[in-house]
Amino acid sequence: MLSAPSTKTALRSPATKSTLRALSTTHDGAQQRRSMATVQDAPASHSKELQDQDRIFTNLYGHHGADLKSAMKYGDWYKTKEMLQKSHDWLIGEIKASGLRGRGGAGFPSGMKWSFMNFKGWENDTKPRYLVVNADEGEPGTCKDREIMRKDPHKLVEGCLVAGRMMNCTAAYIYIRGEFYHEATVLQRAIQEAYQAGFLGKDACGSGYDFDVFLHRGMGAYVCGEETSLIESLEGKPGKPRLKPPFPAAVGLFGCPSTVANVETVAVAPTIIRRGPNWFNSYGRERNSGTKLFCISGHVNNPVTVEERMSIPLRELIDKHAGGVKGGWDNLKAVIPGGSSTPILPKKICDDQLMDFDALKDNQSGLGTAAVVVMDQSTDIVRAISRLSKFYHHESCGQCTPCREGSKWTEQIMHRFEKGHAREREIDMMQELTKQVEGHTICALGEAFAWPIQGLIRHFRPELEERIRGHTSRAGGEALAGGWEHGAEKRGMLISPGQ
Amino acid sequence: MASKFAPWALRSGGSALRSCARQQRRAFQVSAAARSEGLNVHRDTPDNNPSIPFQFNKQNLSLIEEVLSRYPSQYKKAAVMPLLDLGQRQHGFTSISVMNEVARILEMPPMRVYEVATFYTMYNRNPVGRYHVQCCTTTPCQLNGSDGIMKAIEEKLGIHHGETTPDNMFTLTEVECLGACVNAPMVQINDDYYEDLTPEKTKDLLTALKEAAEKTGAGGNAPGLAGEMGKDEVSGKPTGQKQPNALKLGGEGYSAQGANIPAPGPLSSRVSCENSKGQTTLMNEPPSPEQVFRQDGEL
Repeated sequence: MLSAPSTKTALRSPATKSTLRALSTTHDGAQQRRSMATVQDAPASHSKELQDQDRIFTNLYGHHGADLKSAMKYGDWYKTKEMLQKSHDWLIGEIKASGLRGRGGAGFPSGMKWSFMNFKGWENDTKPRYLVVNADEGEPGTCKDREIMRKDPHKLVEGCLVAGRMMNCTAAYIYIRGEFYHEATVLQRAIQEAYQAGFLGKDACGSGYDFDVFLHRGMGAYVCGEETSLIESLEGKPGKPRLKPPFPAAVGLFGCPSTVANVETVAVAPTIIRRGPNWFNSYGRERNSGTKLFCISGHVNNPVTVEERMSIPLRELIDKHAGGVKGGWDNLKAVIPGGSSTPILPKKICDDQLMDFDALKDNQSGLGTAAVVVMDQSTDIVRAISRLSKFYHHESCGQCTPCREGSKWTEQIMHRFEKGHAREREIDMMQELTKQVEGHTICALGEAFAWPIQGLIRHFRPELEERIRGHTSRAGGEALAGGWEHGAEKRGMLISPGQ
Repeated sequence: MASKFAPWALRSGGSALRSCARQQRRAFQVSAAARSEGLNVHRDTPDNNPSIPFQFNKQNLSLIEEVLSRYPSQYKKAAVMPLLDLGQRQHGFTSISVMNEVARILEMPPMRVYEVATFYTMYNRNPVGRYHVQCCTTTPCQLNGSDGIMKAIEEKLGIHHGETTPDNMFTLTEVECLGACVNAPMVQINDDYYEDLTPEKTKDLLTALKEAAEKTGAGGNAPGLAGEMGKDEVSGKPTGQKQPNALKLGGEGYSAQGANIPAPGPLSSRVSCENSKGQTTLMNEPPSPEQVFRQDGEL
């Protein structure tokens, strides 16, 4: 098993441990030490702190109302007309320069993704073009888009218009998850206010550009957060992902070119252009720039959703904003750093983990949606992951066999692991099973349920083995493969031949 | 000679005897069955069969007009999800008649509508109580004690996952992540999120809801609150009830006809997702747009 680069080096020469820790937090001028091939060559974390006046979502805690008047007072819809009158190349150039990466989980550079819509000869295409905003927030741990939509809806509505202009779209559909009924109400009201003020519709903001925004409520399916499945769902079908290619930028919603983007990505776009890409780029490390909404839940003293700079150390994030881990930092057991589908990290990695795409990828996890789920020593970690397996079993759409069957198997095996009712070799079987699923499904749900389990095996295998040994000694012998108790054949429970 | 008359009995008799002596109990389900999805097929029942007529009321017909205008005219079927939702709100659940009516309006094959209605979990294809209590038990909620919440609800109502109380007042469902993890544990009751729960608060909440429903005459078997107030939504005839006070959305909580229900949202001192010990960020007045506007003059 691979371990984190810093710990690996530290194992080899204990003396370098403290220097390494210093390196990973300050970086300034110091040479980068790398113990293995990684993508972590982004030089330093900008130690610049994020100040209140540089936070984008100023209404995160309900400072003012969600109405148009308050939104305009605090900066929304400011010089939108001028923005719309710029060329799409200039606008996309600004987004590219800002280094904004998609906030929905995959972290694809937004400027590049949006530029795919302006392919060669798009002007001659008479078809409508759509921006689809993914507000189907369902990843366990994540609750950032909800806060945007119910408190800062005008940021999103304006974002739709500006991002739509960049891609020369005719309309935007916001696909909001069905459970967010009140959020949908607030958002719909914001859209209507914008129409009434002449900011949307024909000649939006007086710029001569026509743009519509529509709201569509989902009805409770996690898988609809995947872009093609979201498009399917929007077209009035069951939300089962489509094969790519063709990518949505070529054939998407209603057969027209479309792009799916996360709420947060779209909502920050106008502010980036208004304040300049350099401002946005001055936070976080290279290639991981900007600010981000972090949702800190689980075993912390004061769970919170907070906007912070990218590349903030995990420990600082938790201690500063969430009141620290329950029982102190030493009581920490593990952290899921980016929503349920990112692999879990044990405390020794969390000690000096930076919260950005590349640093987390180096530790074989991911930033995902930046939903930090903290678990302290009292956590039954196997049960926590087993519950996620149940979640994925429930949410698998059933289209691809590896995911449909695999999610059920893993759930059943994980359920037995909770009690230790298994054989030790089943841990390896489980690892192999998840590897078989990974990459063999249409959408990323296959990876999403495989990764948490792989993370558990990677970092908490001793705990699994201990449980199995405990169960073995209680039951008087090793369990039989497939979930049969020790001695099941003697009690006549195994009746088929060969068992 | 016996072997000639009954060779089968002799051949299998021994093994049959053996297996009789041995206990033939076999656990089919090793892990707990996940009963979160209902049956994916329709079975005719007295309150859910195609011969029960269903029609959208006037208010909803005008809403349908509005909904259809959001989608390209050749893609009318994109409106199937909002229409099913409207139907569910009017009828109380998504019955087969609702699906057929939606199929008729959108000129879709009924099977395409059934596909949608069975795929999404928010369409209740069986009747639910006045209050549909959906308790989130996914990991972030679990870490913060959703087991206790679930137990409190089960104790209070005497029902388990997927069941409805005999007076049709409450239906309990265990659901997956509802996206309010910072305010865990939480339940969703109809459209409202109640967050930052403790078992005691949950019980109080359920008591308040039940009282409110009884006082306003909106019990489990009464027509819905969603329609015109004071009128029977099914027949359109006045129910003889007084027009209740306008229901308030959020803020102080619902209060009508002497019944009080806590406001949706966190049932703690918090307003929403902020730090419960006081905000750590955004403590100053936000800057005006001119103050932070870019200096390079490009825009």
